[in-house]
Amino acid sequence: MKASAFAYARATSVVNALELLVAHGDKAKVLSGGQSLMPAMNLRLISPELIVDIGELAELRGIAVRGDVLIIGALTRHVDLARSPEIAAHAPLLTEAIAHVAHPAIRNRGTLGGSLAHADPASELPACMLALHATIVVRGQAGERRIAAEDFFTGIYETALSAQELLVAVELPLAQKRSAHFFCEFARRHGDYAIAGLAAQATVEGDVFADLRLAFFAVGDRPILARAAKKLVNVAVTPAVLSDASAALAEELDPLDDQQASASMRRHLAKVLLARCVPALLGRTQPGAGGPA
Amino acid sequence: MTVPMLICLDVNGEDVEAQVLPRLNLADFLREHLQLTGTHVGCEHGVCGACTVRVNGEIVRSCLMLAVQAHGASVQTIEGLSDSGEVADLQAAFRDRNALQCGFCTPAMLMTAQDLLKQHAEPDREQIRQHLSGNYCRCTGYQAIIDAVETTARQRMGRRS
Repeated sequence: MKASAFAYARATSVVNALELLVAHGDKAKVLSGGQSLMPAMNLRLISPELIVDIGELAELRGIAVRGDVLIIGALTRHVDLARSPEIAAHAPLLTEAIAHVAHPAIRNRGTLGGSLAHADPASELPACMLALHATIVVRGQAGERRIAAEDFFTGIYETALSAQELLVAVELPLAQKRSAHFFCEFARRHGDYAIAGLAAQATVEGDVFADLRLAFFAVGDRPILARAAKKLVNVAVTPAVLSDASAALAEELDPLDDQQASASMRRHLAKVLLARCVPALLGRTQPGAGGPA
Repeated sequence: MTVPMLICLDVNGEDVEAQVLPRLNLADFLREHLQLTGTHVGCEHGVCGACTVRVNGEIVRSCLMLAVQAHGASVQTIEGLSDSGEVADLQAAFRDRNALQCGFCTPAMLMTAQDLLKQHAEPDREQIRQHLSGNYCRCTGYQAIIDAVETTARQRMGRRS
């Protein structure tokens, strides 16, 4: 189908974009790369009255290291993330994850800010933000708000962003020396939405996790930072410990049924991901017990 | 503001000016305003890949881009790539290997394959498969298409050395 009629404004600055958003409220939609918004409009799932195109706002583009923080502008495209030496050096989890986001033609236009503001529970980048301890920076006319990624995603396509605010950047702490990452997803076809996925970031001391953030996606109404990870921190990870964490994970997840997979299949796949992730992060070749690998 | 807007862009090396409604996507603009019907419209939500064109040198889904977003851009369609001879060897390889039947997906397959070959002179089959993973073919299946891309890569390497 084709999108229904709408008015179109090309924002000339962030200030201008915010004026338009304040004037039109939730009748307006922000267009960045359009790789989620345009399908939704073409399918007539949404019919905004006004499209505010922020695509020309160069001030929202770019990747920079400032002190011990990696700052990524909201309009930074997936292809820019994939090719960035700064991302590869300081947030390699993102470099790995981005290869799983859709296809080359979509990665050439899709943006980080767009993906996060869209908040599809099956998409990769929101989960990466949780794993990487990101701060989401949003701007309104009253000023800036800085929101922890854990508080940003509030439901299916729902975030803490108001209709009068613009997501402008993401800040990530730089990966530390002893950090390790893991990314894996199950999908029917490379580039499809995941049936279940895991983005993980850890600090490893010898054979023990000093910190472990397990962000699962496509297994709930939003990306989920698993509380079960706590069971694996500051302990020797024996098969019994891993099995205990796996049981706790299955307990805390509440996946949805859809045409791709049942809730119980998703719960099972989450446990498989955990069983693959832990030995990979600890640099062990043999997966531990606790689930099929 | 749901009135036509003026856009100026470069399409296949020619300057184009047009008045378009904001809701018009780039694929429909190319097909219906410029009669460049080699760009195909399949799913209209970014899944099938049949509408792939180049914008500022990079492949994109033209069904997921508004014509008004292409203001000031340089757009290349399969007609442009075909007329310039840029993909002549790839087209020949598709013919030789029977990598098309109905041809609906072919312009976008060529566009995407050429994009890969510009980035990786010698891709392996897995890389070809991944790069083409966003393009659906409903007749031949994919083996012949991958064969044709692989053959073209080898021939180009041979010509270079």
